[in-house]
Amino acid sequence: MQSLWLPVLNVFSRVLLAFSPTFLVPMAWAWFLDKNHHVLVWAFGFAATVCSGWALWMLTRRHRRELMPRDGFLLVNLVWVVLPAYAAAPLYYSVPDLSLSKAYFEAMSGLTATGATAISGLDLLPVSINVWRCFLQLVGGLGIMLLVVAVLPLLGLGGMQIYRAETPGPMKDTKFTPRIAETARGLWGVYALFSVACMLAYRWAGMGWADAFMHMCTTMGLGGLSPYDASFGHYNSARIEWVATAFMTMAGISFLRYFVVIKHRSLRPITNDREIRTYLVVLAAAIAVVTLLLLVNGVYTDVGTALRSAAFHVVSVATTTGYASVDYAQWPVFAPVLLMFLGCFASCAGSTGGGIKMVRMVLLIKQARRELVRIIHPRVVNPVTLAGGVVPPQVMNAVFGFMLIYGAATVGLTMLLLLTGLDIVTAFSAVVATVNNIGPGLGLVGPASNYGVLNDGQIWVLSFAMMLGRLELLTVLVLFTGHFWRK
Amino acid sequence: MNIIILGAGRVGESVAESLVSEQNDITVIDMDPARLRLLEDKLDLRGVVGNGIQPSVLRDAGAKDADMVIACAAADETNLVTCKVAHDVFNVPTTIARLRSPEFIEGDELLSQTGFSVSHVLCPEESVTRYIRQLISYPEALQVLEFADGRASLIAVRANHGGALVGHTIGEFRERYTRCEMRVVALYRLDTEMEATPSTRILAGDEIFVLADTDKIRDVLSAIHNTDKPVQRVMIAGGGRVGLRLARSLVGQCEVKLLERDKKRCEYLASQLPSSMLILQGDGADEDLLEEENVGEMDMFLALTSDDEDNIMSAMLAKRLGAGRVMALINRRAYADMMQGGTIDIAISPSQAVIGELLTHIRRGDVAAVHSLRRGAAEAFEGIARGDAKTSKLVGRRIEELKLPKGTRIGGIVRGEGRNSEVLMPHHDRLIEAGDHIILFIPNKRLVREVEKLFQVSATFFG
Repeated sequence: MQSLWLPVLNVFSRVLLAFSPTFLVPMAWAWFLDKNHHVLVWAFGFAATVCSGWALWMLTRRHRRELMPRDGFLLVNLVWVVLPAYAAAPLYYSVPDLSLSKAYFEAMSGLTATGATAISGLDLLPVSINVWRCFLQLVGGLGIMLLVVAVLPLLGLGGMQIYRAETPGPMKDTKFTPRIAETARGLWGVYALFSVACMLAYRWAGMGWADAFMHMCTTMGLGGLSPYDASFGHYNSARIEWVATAFMTMAGISFLRYFVVIKHRSLRPITNDREIRTYLVVLAAAIAVVTLLLLVNGVYTDVGTALRSAAFHVVSVATTTGYASVDYAQWPVFAPVLLMFLGCFASCAGSTGGGIKMVRMVLLIKQARRELVRIIHPRVVNPVTLAGGVVPPQVMNAVFGFMLIYGAATVGLTMLLLLTGLDIVTAFSAVVATVNNIGPGLGLVGPASNYGVLNDGQIWVLSFAMMLGRLELLTVLVLFTGHFWRK
Repeated sequence: MNIIILGAGRVGESVAESLVSEQNDITVIDMDPARLRLLEDKLDLRGVVGNGIQPSVLRDAGAKDADMVIACAAADETNLVTCKVAHDVFNVPTTIARLRSPEFIEGDELLSQTGFSVSHVLCPEESVTRYIRQLISYPEALQVLEFADGRASLIAVRANHGGALVGHTIGEFRERYTRCEMRVVALYRLDTEMEATPSTRILAGDEIFVLADTDKIRDVLSAIHNTDKPVQRVMIAGGGRVGLRLARSLVGQCEVKLLERDKKRCEYLASQLPSSMLILQGDGADEDLLEEENVGEMDMFLALTSDDEDNIMSAMLAKRLGAGRVMALINRRAYADMMQGGTIDIAISPSQAVIGELLTHIRRGDVAAVHSLRRGAAEAFEGIARGDAKTSKLVGRRIEELKLPKGTRIGGIVRGEGRNSEVLMPHHDRLIEAGDHIILFIPNKRLVREVEKLFQVSATFFG
């Protein structure tokens, strides 16, 4: 047991040290904008993180070694369980009437880029608190990006794993650079570039600098937290909504692709990709359907407004961001359910979005079509292909396995919530919204309200759901197998 | 001509066979002595055992005095290196390489004098695919050959009952289709050549060679043959190189079912072709499979494996099960002669498709294109008239004044270049101008030499 934990804790101590400077960002805001109101809180958070990180490092440094895949699972889980606790502490201390469970939920929602909030009265909170909530999503986004494009594939898991299969042809371009460190630098460079562009665009569209910064954080991480109770409804501005729609759409695609596009100075890695094309087509089709639905049902009479609202909400929920500018739960029931459904799979593998990921969906549909053809032509040879290469059967099996566990997890968690006495719409939509890292659900946790109405038990279930979804289920569940702990 | 052929495989053999018959001195290089012995016994040529990329072996084969090296070994790399060595060490003027990979393109920097020194590229698979592709576009035709960059075409058609002109004379044919620029250049009845005069009557079953403007092919075909509906459903037995290339060229045009025996190959094919094409694992001669896959509903069935017998059997089977038009790839000439026109509609002879291309480079004079007809017995020849009335035997003369070898007929003249070119019919008083592309039908290969001479300019042209 010792040999498993100590080296992992050593690496984890370094993660803690790397995480500590994030406290300085809200501290700066607090210093300049909150009239020193909360500076001490952030300073204390920073100091505590650095100290505990350093202490842990000192204690475990003799056990430093290269990590094995098994250590990787432990590390990833540890990071996503413990960091929210650190991040929750300042929230618990400074937000009035916030229980410990809800503070942890809020921090988890930030770091997993979910965007579900349990706090109401956001508008009245000090700026530094809101900056912290939103900034966590940017940090979470960076972590997720590293997780999905570099760490999970090393562990043999995750949507991007499909691309690691030996597919010849155009996919070669998308292979990352040989070292994780280099990949991370390239990716984060692109991420930074888009973030700055996004912030400037929000500023141009009419937000103040503080709001532009906070919304940039939650847009790029596909998180969806907002410093206002009314989310984007606070502005009611077409320009701001269109800017958000554009950047959410861009962030729904793997930043690895942008990295490759910039490196090769060619748009082909994006335009030729089956997953991205499907993603864009699905978004466009959903926007068209919802626009039509809104017009026919008389929710809006003006085509421009209907289109803007449909586009904003479709993209927001489908990319698992979770902004809202109106209470779309009041729309004809088809629309909000369609949005939740899209959120389950629309975002691309390698993006910071949650859910099944489009590439798995593409493969499943191809597999289904293949089985149908096989019924009529028993001798047909039609392996599932992606980008000119045959997808190996073990990858397909991994996809099936993932789907099975995904379904089981959704059902299991929903049953658990039902046991606590929630109604079915709230329970099911809350689970879907958290497992897929969308944010707002329906019913009691719909876009117009928040998760504050739930009790502590329910909040813990959903916190777990967020982590489970973010780590693509298997990473978490593998810890619950006997084989993992056996030597 | 002194010609060295590298590789005594299937392509090498058929190249040697057709060149030997034209009084060329042929030397064949191959690693396998037994194979060479066989060729030496059959054909009048010399065999040299060894590896053709070695200068010593090429010297033994007489590379110093060779006019041409044709490298048709199995591997592209061998052929490339042989051409390089032949050109750089022995100064062989013309080097031809058979290259399977589509990535090497004639005229590319890589194949130039500073590169691999390949003057011409042969790709049998590509030639055969193009040939079949034409037959799918014009399902009524037996053969479609293009001249002058596709401006004019020579079509071989079998007249059948119900064709508008069957039972009429060639003269009536001309009267009825005055707008349609075409000329019957040859007529075969029961495999013997008939004289194609205006009074010759066309009967059902005749094989007719017509030269026409490429845009008018449809009209010509519908006159002779009742029009078939365009080919929409195609079944291909054999997913080798030809099968794959063909299937690829049919993407978006036809529904394709591709039969292939090997499981691994099937998977490769599936990864190369769009998912709308059905790849079926199984034998082309498996009756159950053919029936299960509705071979009877197919407009065209193509047997394209590398095995003659398999192709013949599966094509015959498909025909019996009701397939529209069946074609088989047949390498052996004897088999091809035997099968064509019987149960099997068209016997595709891969060597003929290649040889036409090769002949273009071998013919002397200003030759633009040569195509082998009737499996090598006859030839269609496109030459360019050069010089002026003094130096040329053609320019400045009327057609009736030309001294053509017996049986040779002018099918048409293409005047002008590119878009502005026009196809002219050879009326007896038509004057030939410099730069005209003249398309001739040569019924017998022995007459080729004389035709070549017509197109050679006398020395004063350069003085």
